Amino acid sequence: MDKSKIKELKKLSAQARHAMVDMLICAGCGHPGGAMSSVDMMTALFFDQLKIDPKNPDWDERDRFILSKGHSSIGLYAVMHFRGFFDKETLLTFRQDNSILGGHPDMHKVPGVEMSTGSLGHGLSVGIGLALAAKMDKKDYKTYVLMGDGETQEGSIWEAAMSAAHYKLDNLIGIVDRNMIQIDGRTEDVMDLEPYVEKWKAFGWNVVEIDGHDFEQILPTLKKIPFESGKPSLIISNTVKGKGISFMEDTHKWHGGGLKGEDAEVAKKEAAVLIKEHE
Amino acid sequence: MAMQGMRNEYGKYIVELANKNKNIVALEADLKESTQSIQFQRAYPERYVEVGIAEQNMVGIAAGLSLAGKIPIAHSFACFISMRSCEQVRTTIAYPNLNVKFLVTHGGISTGTAGTTHHAIEDIAIMRSIPNMTVLVPGDVAEMKQVVEAAFKHNGPVYIRLGAGDAWDIYTEKDKFEIGKATEIRSGNDATIITTGIMMYEGMQAADILKKEHGLNVRVLQMASVKPLDEISVQKAAEETGKIITVEEHNLLGGLGGAVCEVVAEQGNAKVKRIGINDKFCGVGSATCLMEEEGLTIKKIVDEVVNLCGGKL
Repeated sequence: MDKSKIKELKKLSAQARHAMVDMLICAGCGHPGGAMSSVDMMTALFFDQLKIDPKNPDWDERDRFILSKGHSSIGLYAVMHFRGFFDKETLLTFRQDNSILGGHPDMHKVPGVEMSTGSLGHGLSVGIGLALAAKMDKKDYKTYVLMGDGETQEGSIWEAAMSAAHYKLDNLIGIVDRNMIQIDGRTEDVMDLEPYVEKWKAFGWNVVEIDGHDFEQILPTLKKIPFESGKPSLIISNTVKGKGISFMEDTHKWHGGGLKGEDAEVAKKEAAVLIKEHE
Repeated sequence: MAMQGMRNEYGKYIVELANKNKNIVALEADLKESTQSIQFQRAYPERYVEVGIAEQNMVGIAAGLSLAGKIPIAHSFACFISMRSCEQVRTTIAYPNLNVKFLVTHGGISTGTAGTTHHAIEDIAIMRSIPNMTVLVPGDVAEMKQVVEAAFKHNGPVYIRLGAGDAWDIYTEKDKFEIGKATEIRSGNDATIITTGIMMYEGMQAADILKKEHGLNVRVLQMASVKPLDEISVQKAAEETGKIITVEEHNLLGGLGGAVCEVVAEQGNAKVKRIGINDKFCGVGSATCLMEEEGLTIKKIVDEVVNLCGGKL
């Protein structure tokens, strides 16, 4: 295990959380909960795993990343900013009038965004199309699709899951940000997803479950892709909704919302502490 | 005059196009014999994606293939693409303006005795209200081939609607289809019949009867390009003939008739009579029986034109 790499990623994800707090204050709106829960995974992907080139976002051989849970755009934008896709000034225009950074990402506006997303349950099918095209063209790139756990209540996800296994897409990686919470409450109260691992397995995927905040688990898991030849890989990334900002953690109340007043002050302080911890 | 099977001829033609362009890939949702995409599968199995009975997934996969540089054409019945996967078509194809084509069959009420579940009388209205979408409804085999070819030359999503049955050959050598342009099948200045899809035949026959029996010179415009609509031709028809009759195998709301009325109301000065399905679900019957019930007949068109022209029946 590369300790310096892990230290670097921890620092980067702390910086991303800090930037997200700034964005939530500037915009006065956003979806912090699921972005805070998935930002460690996106940091690992963008800084260690994905074959990408911020200077050449349309590079033909790049790995493809689709944020199927498009409302977590705030985390994606923060990570992409630090990776060099656009500057800090642009980042802070998030959800402002005429910004390129809308509440849900637009592929034609944001360099490096592979697909416009926002309506839940669409992204996995799009990833299958990309993975099938890679097989047709004998290309090596991999396609990663990050979904929310609540999102997988959509029937279209299971249509897609079935077809990915049917076409033996071992170049496709699904990642579920399993933070256990959706807008209306806890996933198990709103619509029970369990037995979750078994569901994906039954649909023909090779499933690995990890702590989605622990880079010592995230990195080696990503390095093992594909988990099995001839099967799509699924990572269930167990996370805490709102991770990193105390009052946002493990509550559906911060699925969506901007920061102001005392909340903003507390969040700023906590984000500053996170950065200090990983300096 | 002869009739040809539109679907079978489509199946042959898409293979011809695929021979010339290796980026064309086809998708199917378990209706390959009905849509005749089976011919593509036989020719290019490695460029063919069967998704099973899962239209939403099919449309999403088409989006992904398009992102990778393929030109996908997704097949199913009109009712399923336009309604079951409507949101995928709107949000994941049309919003990012991806270069994906839809070839739907069994548009309108031509499935006949299959019943209401398999009719599609809403699809043109749905599709034409989606930004970036082009909506094409050819009326015979020659026009269908030109429509499909034009769809692939156009960079962006296109919805191509075929019926289930055979179609009379109407296009002559001189008739050329172009996206956004009407094709003039008959010239005349007493009234204008505007048709789409296979109603081109009824429109043309009606014009011939009107000339022979009533001495009326009626213009017939085939509007396979329902969106973009040939607004200039509609405006000219309004100005030059003052009377327009639209004919479509679709709900009266929001289809060709609605589109023509939008133009005439804003730009023209003409009386418009729409012939179509009167905002109701059609029951069980052969295509011919249902068409008669809904007034999608030569006789009905003749009567309406005569009425508009002063009632000299």
